[in-house]
Amino acid sequence: MARKILLEHANIPGIKTYEVYRQNGGYRSVEKAIKSMTPDEVVEEVKTSGLRGRGGAGFPTGMKWSFIDKKSGKPRHLVCNADESEPGTFKDRFLMEYIPHLLIEGMITSSYALGCNLSYIYIRGEYMWVYRILENAIKEAYAAGWLGKNILGSGYDLDLHVHCGAGAYICGEETALIESLEGKRGNPRIKPPFPAVSGLWANPTVVNNVESIAAVPWIVNNTGEEYAKIGIGRSTGTKLISASGHIKNPGVYEIELGLSVDEFMNSDEYLGGMMDDRPLKALVPGGSSVPILPAHLIYKNAEGGDRLMSYESLSEGGFQSGSMLGSGGFIVYNDTTCIVRNTWNFSRFYHHESCGQCSPCREGTGWMEKVLHRIETGHGREEDIELLWDIQRKIEGNTICPLGDAAAWPVAAAIRHFREEFEYHVRFPEKVKNRDHFVAEPFDKVRHLVAKQEI
Amino acid sequence: MKVTIDGQEINVEPGTTILQAARMIGGESVPPAMCYYSKLKGSGGKCRCCLVEVSKGSEADPRPMPKLMASCVTGVMDGMEVKSISSERVLDARKSVTEFLLINHPLDCPICDQAGECDLQNLSFKHGSAKTRYIEDRRRFEPENIGDKIQLHMNRCILCYRCVMTADQLTDNRVHGVVNRGDHSQISTCISKAIDNEFSGNMIDVCPVGALTDKTFRFKQRVWFNKPFNAHRNCDKCCGKTTLWMFGNEIQRVTARKDEYHEVEEFICNECRFDHKDVNDWVIEGPRKFEKDSVINQNNYTRNIEPVKIDTEKNILLGRDQDRKKISMPAVPLKEGEVKVFKEGNV
Ligand SMILES: Cc1cc2nc3c(=O)[nH]c(=O)nc-3n(C[C@H](O)[C@H](O)[C@H](O)COP(=O)(O)O)c2cc1C
Ligand code: SF4
Ligand code: SF4
Ligand code: FES
Repeated sequence: MARKILLEHANIPGIKTYEVYRQNGGYRSVEKAIKSMTPDEVVEEVKTSGLRGRGGAGFPTGMKWSFIDKKSGKPRHLVCNADESEPGTFKDRFLMEYIPHLLIEGMITSSYALGCNLSYIYIRGEYMWVYRILENAIKEAYAAGWLGKNILGSGYDLDLHVHCGAGAYICGEETALIESLEGKRGNPRIKPPFPAVSGLWANPTVVNNVESIAAVPWIVNNTGEEYAKIGIGRSTGTKLISASGHIKNPGVYEIELGLSVDEFMNSDEYLGGMMDDRPLKALVPGGSSVPILPAHLIYKNAEGGDRLMSYESLSEGGFQSGSMLGSGGFIVYNDTTCIVRNTWNFSRFYHHESCGQCSPCREGTGWMEKVLHRIETGHGREEDIELLWDIQRKIEGNTICPLGDAAAWPVAAAIRHFREEFEYHVRFPEKVKNRDHFVAEPFDKVRHLVAKQEI
Repeated sequence: MKVTIDGQEINVEPGTTILQAARMIGGESVPPAMCYYSKLKGSGGKCRCCLVEVSKGSEADPRPMPKLMASCVTGVMDGMEVKSISSERVLDARKSVTEFLLINHPLDCPICDQAGECDLQNLSFKHGSAKTRYIEDRRRFEPENIGDKIQLHMNRCILCYRCVMTADQLTDNRVHGVVNRGDHSQISTCISKAIDNEFSGNMIDVCPVGALTDKTFRFKQRVWFNKPFNAHRNCDKCCGKTTLWMFGNEIQRVTARKDEYHEVEEFICNECRFDHKDVNDWVIEGPRKFEKDSVINQNNYTRNIEPVKIDTEKNILLGRDQDRKKISMPAVPLKEGEVKVFKEGNV
């Protein structure tokens, strides 16, 4: 049985309410931090834990906290990023829905560590019901004296608000989130200055993912050293993985980092293997923006080493033969999946969600979508594959925020690993005009057609 | 601080951006800029035309920067080395951005009012390719009326946000901005309001393309047929310093004066811009000069122009004569296919 930290109490009936949460040891970290630790000691503890941001990029949380400008004398803010819009990722909502007080406890402890008196949870508009749950939990926390003026008689004040976004993926990017919170269009800002120096209302600000913040209470209660013992190498602690696709048991799982991909995929404790026992074709391990992996690179990396669920192991081989842990949106595909259709689907999303500030992303994402649509619907031209490759190459790295990269990587990886399928699409347009072309006839059965043409 | 751009060294103040440093050096190394506007706070960083390669970060940290940087928003560091026109990667990126910008920008220069003073035209000339690879549908908008003096033609807009910043920073009660996302985004007013503000006309000047045009000048003239003069008048709202665009003795257009990077030197009010089209309203200072290769210099009336005599060779018109005969003479037999086409009327 694997170690549970975040979802330890998730199954206790009524854990959503303040009383039950408190009875099960809730808010102990706030007591401990405020009564017996200085803010810097809390930051130190998080640094020791080796906790890395769970929002996607995996930047060490303690280090991020230590960048916050404490000398400026300006008010500081902690903003929790609960925008969770990456396709395939649905872990934060699970956490907030089932144990809302864990996030609030984390927010209070973290705000204390950073010296913030005003903090926010920015939640995506589609999560209206979660928003209400959080509102309610905050009300309870205020009533019990964990929020507001003079918490635990320590002289420390904290106000916490939930802000409901309007449902734009780009508002998950931390600077766009700040803009949106300020009441403006959710356009990412140009960095530097980084939020740690000039963020919300030009004040020093830390933006952290829900899961990162929810890990803080355990770290404070049990010390960072204990946390660092869980996991593997520089991937410490546990991680929530939201699994979807062609597997037997989709859902949100808390795993210890370092678990093997094989065990995660196939043991009954986790995903239970492939749905209908069909062959595994591909995997997106970390949400739609990370590169897709073909079957032979899922359990093993290019060198033949075991692939583990960790930041390092999943990215082994770079983008040539690896991917990323990202936000933990684990999407599994069986052999009936059309990679071109899937890539088009992702592309459609990024096209729709680009904020439109910078030319490569604004124009390039739309172009990619159109070319992919053409190929998938049987109107592709041979030169379209090269064209697509070229467009993604011209977007990647040339934009203000990483959405441009997020749009380019899935396309690049799909062409890199599944080029044959693209060729099949342009050479046999009549076959792919059927919407479910790979359901009756998976690509393995028609691969010889592409090969023959090449001779 | 010492910075080297394409091998040329210059000393600049801390806080200078790479673009500003390059402009101090001048010449071919100056990156093109479509969205940056030195007079507008917070501009730049969006169009990605000005990307450069930082091959050495600074004296303290000499590592090259892995990504190309937007020179308009990247500050220089002491000892920084930058490659602009000398980098293949940069040229490739500029070419890409030009291609992206031209996806949705119609090539209607022949009927566009901005032709001759359009930054995108210049950019395409330098960095564009002759052929397009884009065969899909382009976005189209109905022209929008945003006030009695300004016409918005969204088709041409490249979403540089300059006009939005102008409206934000020069005018109060702002009613216009960007709506929608991605390539659906458009400049518009909220909700179909008119822009009614003494300084709104400056949006026309900052627009790098022909998306915002002056209704008092639209379609009156190609700019290279105008004679530009510097002029001023006493104005209690603005500096009153303008450029007059004359045709004969008629003032066809009044704009603010622009510097060599096509940026307004001082913003002017709508009254000067739209309401004073009489020569007697102005004190004319003298002809306005433009950069050497600007098409506006075509009408360089300060230079003595030799009369040109055109001798049309007789042979050149021969083909035309034959054509004319062919068209009007029914005796010329048509081929079988031609007869069919002719009868069905879809010639
Ligand atoms: C386009 C885009 C969308 C993002 N969406 C989210 C999101 O929904 N949730 C999230 O936590 N981080 C998101 N991020 C990452 C954030 O910018 C930021 O890195 C993160 O919230 C930092 O938190 P962490 O350090 O705890 O991971 C997104 C980034 C980009 C570029
Ligand atoms: S990369 Fe895309 S989403 Fe990000 S700032 Fe540029 S246009 Fe907006
Ligand atoms: S209308 Fe002109 S100035 Fe305004 S965003 Fe478009 S191109 Fe830029
Ligand atoms: S001028 Fe630098 S990005 Fe537009």
